[in-house]
Amino acid sequence: MTTKMFGEAISRREDPRLLRGDGRYLDDLGHDAYAAAFVRSPHAHARVNEIDVSGALDVDGLVAIYTYDDLPGRLGDPLPLLIPHPSLTAPRTGHALAAEVVRHVGEPVAMVVATDRYVAEDAAEKIIVTYDPLPAVVGVAAAASGDEVVHDDMDDNVAANFVQEVGDVDGALADAPHRLDLRWEIERSASMPLEGRGVYARWDADDGRLRVYTSTQTSTSVRAVIAAVFDIADVHVEVIAPDVGGGFGVKIMHPWPEELLVPWAAMTLGREVKWTEDRREHFVASAHERGQIHDVTVGYDDDGRILALDVRFLHDNGAYTPYGLIVPIITSTQLPGPYKLPNYRVEFTSLYTNTVIVTPYRGAGRPQAVFSMERTVDAIAGDLGLDRTDVRAVNFVQPDEFPHDLGLIFQDGRPAIYDSGDFPESLRKLKALVDWEGFDERRQQAESEGRRIGIGLACYVEGTGVGPYEGAHVHVETSGRVMVSTGLTTQGQGHETAFAQIVATELGVPIEQVHVTTGDTRRFGYAVGTFASRAAVMSGNAIALAARAVNEKARVVAARALEANPEDLEIADGIVRVKGSPDDRIPLNQVAVLSNPLRYSFSEAAQAATQFSMPSDPEDPPVREGEEPGLESKAYYSPPRSTFANGMHAVVVEIDPDSAQVRVLDYAVVHDCGNMINPRIVEGQIHGGVAQGIGGALYERMAYDEHGQLLNASFMDFLMPYASEVPQVRTDHLETPSPLNPLGIKGAGEAGVIPGAAAIASAIEDATGLQITRMPLSPDELFRLQRSDGNARLAPVGALGTSVDDEPDDEQGGAP
Amino acid sequence: MMAEATEHVTLRVNGTARELDVPPRRLLSDALRHDLRLTGTHVGCEHGVCGCCTVLLDGAPVRSCLMFAISADGHEITTVEGLTPADGNELHPIQRAFQDCHGLQCGFCTPGFIMTVAGLLAENPEPDRDEIVEGISGNLCRCTGYRNIVASVERAAELLRDGDGTPEPRADDGGIASRHPSPQGTAPTPYDAVGDGVPADTDEAGGRGSE
Ligand code: FES
Ligand code: FES
Repeated sequence: MTTKMFGEAISRREDPRLLRGDGRYLDDLGHDAYAAAFVRSPHAHARVNEIDVSGALDVDGLVAIYTYDDLPGRLGDPLPLLIPHPSLTAPRTGHALAAEVVRHVGEPVAMVVATDRYVAEDAAEKIIVTYDPLPAVVGVAAAASGDEVVHDDMDDNVAANFVQEVGDVDGALADAPHRLDLRWEIERSASMPLEGRGVYARWDADDGRLRVYTSTQTSTSVRAVIAAVFDIADVHVEVIAPDVGGGFGVKIMHPWPEELLVPWAAMTLGREVKWTEDRREHFVASAHERGQIHDVTVGYDDDGRILALDVRFLHDNGAYTPYGLIVPIITSTQLPGPYKLPNYRVEFTSLYTNTVIVTPYRGAGRPQAVFSMERTVDAIAGDLGLDRTDVRAVNFVQPDEFPHDLGLIFQDGRPAIYDSGDFPESLRKLKALVDWEGFDERRQQAESEGRRIGIGLACYVEGTGVGPYEGAHVHVETSGRVMVSTGLTTQGQGHETAFAQIVATELGVPIEQVHVTTGDTRRFGYAVGTFASRAAVMSGNAIALAARAVNEKARVVAARALEANPEDLEIADGIVRVKGSPDDRIPLNQVAVLSNPLRYSFSEAAQAATQFSMPSDPEDPPVREGEEPGLESKAYYSPPRSTFANGMHAVVVEIDPDSAQVRVLDYAVVHDCGNMINPRIVEGQIHGGVAQGIGGALYERMAYDEHGQLLNASFMDFLMPYASEVPQVRTDHLETPSPLNPLGIKGAGEAGVIPGAAAIASAIEDATGLQITRMPLSPDELFRLQRSDGNARLAPVGALGTSVDDEPDDEQGGAP
Repeated sequence: MMAEATEHVTLRVNGTARELDVPPRRLLSDALRHDLRLTGTHVGCEHGVCGCCTVLLDGAPVRSCLMFAISADGHEITTVEGLTPADGNELHPIQRAFQDCHGLQCGFCTPGFIMTVAGLLAENPEPDRDEIVEGISGNLCRCTGYRNIVASVERAAELLRDGDGTPEPRADDGGIASRHPSPQGTAPTPYDAVGDGVPADTDEAGGRGSE
């Protein structure tokens, strides 16, 4: 077994466990714990009048019922504002249990604890809450009008207004030979991992310690908030993310009310308590995303070169802003994509509505940004009659123009500076992969068969690996086992494999000996979390640095035993040996023994490290100055700023002339995430993202009615792609290493989803001749569009301009 | 209120008779997971759409969240734990195929897919790509984008055909015929690093990059 593992497409080491059904997800733990269930608001906006629990009290197995009035101390305070920002002038957060007013359907009002979940739900059903309904604000238009307000201490619904500008937009617009005014809309969607949220807490009264398992993307931050709210020493709170069944952003939000209430109940009752979210709760009580309307004014020259871009957008942040303005900030700073925009102004208004809160969902504001930018570029091409790829090419930042400073402040509070990339080469690869030049012939061929097809593309740049930092610990045990831990969490990204590959390579050990733990504060206490395509960049580099330090230490210790110079030693396959003299060697596990001077020995191997066996200079202490016992090291990686990955997608669609069903025929991806640790895992991330992009383009939306009721809060009605909706994905990679970090890597987790809606809109537009201004687009909407546009080519080929009367009866459309 | 009445049931799970006293309303998924502690069967929706809770009932895939435990009284149930060969180390050919083809990420949907595929391949040992897509189109996965799952099923069919296992249980053969040891030392499938995740030797669909 070679130890050079970085870059190899090896299969995943976590798989056998998960495949056998031996994964440990949240609800697989704590079978004997008490179960919690929640009474949630059925109203989008109402005053809570009275909570009558009397009917629930005789339910056999009931343990406790809690309402807002029961919450002690800081537990009764508003939930934390996680990410303050100077322009977030009216931040509002909810309470663990609603205080007086509920502001979205699903907000928790009471918690029931019982011996079993069935019983807890029985009791919850018998609690009668009376409400005084208030007018609901639903949708950005209603929110912007300010006729009704979500928070009655405010005059309007504006949480924030933020403007960034580079250059002189007004001047450049006035001088531009061409100009377009455009509006783009993206609806609400959600991460929708197949495992919902869940919390399981144990209070150990003897030890005075609290252990909390939670299905989270950040265990260290959950620990910090629990310790603060309940005033427990940090070291007495242990938070563990067990196997997590998908996150996609929603599980970075914290603390959820349940993440405070369940541990509190465990401490109060002195018993284990668990809550496992059900699917309806996930729809109405976790978080959503997307949901923006963009108004764009663009000025350009005859070649399609963009001279000025002015974007104003409205962002629906839901009922509260615990996660600050991260999503709209990302939208506004990632909108320029791969293009040079000398004059760019972006202004957003973030608005309260009586709906579920909005926090990042994979892509995190970028799908909206890319939809807005790429649709605009397509509109320019359409206006000038130019090829869409040519308009992109004239606007690209060129390879010799890196680092490219956008002049904007990114989501990490640092300047957005593109570090590397080769956009013309990416476009060349993409056109080859999808046979862009040959498409006209393909279109004619299809038309001769009576089929309507179209091609589209979209480009993006993604800031990845945001700080502030991650850390790692690498420890070679005397058994030869290499124990690795990092604080951020895992939700399916294959960290047990990818991080082990880094250690195997940097330390020089067989990967089978490397064991990786993530998201367990007992093992590593300092971390930020897994989001923003940052895990590989941040923890990957921290792990590499820690492994390098262990490598160095191992060579120093081994050098003494081998009477050699550390510089003359190398480590491979778990053996330290003298370069060019392979017989002078010592196994790494023996080095681990020697690194820890012993008084007591328990094995033959360990005897070598005891005080009468160790050869030593009598003047040196056994542990020399500047050294520490044990073959281990800790390291942190903290980048000056984000590293920017990029990519381009092209898609070919076919529109069924009768049903207006959109079928994706081809999907091609060119992706540049710098050096790849494991191409197989990167590939898998792209596939999954593409499927979510297709979902976002054609199916997924949160259907709120005007009263703030979510009409499709089940998998029956909220449509996500099945295997039948996702095409084969062809990928090609460019690897332009990031100069910002030791491994030269960039993030890859979100890339696949980002340009999906824009590329598919471009293709549908190409197929139908209809301008596609909003996503998702269901078949019945496509039909309506076609009816209102006599020039559309949606009708069967050869019947252009004739009207089609049959409306498809599928309300949601395109349903799998 | 009185304690809830229970019924006595015998579930034949993975070849073993398990006696339980359960309330009539207890879902089969909950009985498997929390009473029998077979937590490989997952619950993603509890309304019959996602397929995470799929188990074999007398050899045919069913959604254990849509069934009461008492309705399974006397039936043969196979969960993902029952598919794994008894020695606890080796994987069943279907499981191995999923690993070979990177057919899982978070793994939450995976046992449901595996049991669905076990049923599918028992019915049709040589499905073509369309039949595979159709066969797994009742299961949701939010991570993989499905292409590697399709490849996994193709690979699983191949492994089973190559005598790397025997066909899966049919509805009429008692349902627990799925414990076959697989031969040791099978070489890992080469992975097509620039492609669609289909192992290179089985990929005729051309899912390769331009390089
Ligand atoms: S949990 Fe049974 S189908 Fe989703
Ligand atoms: S692997 Fe995560 S849902 Fe399928």
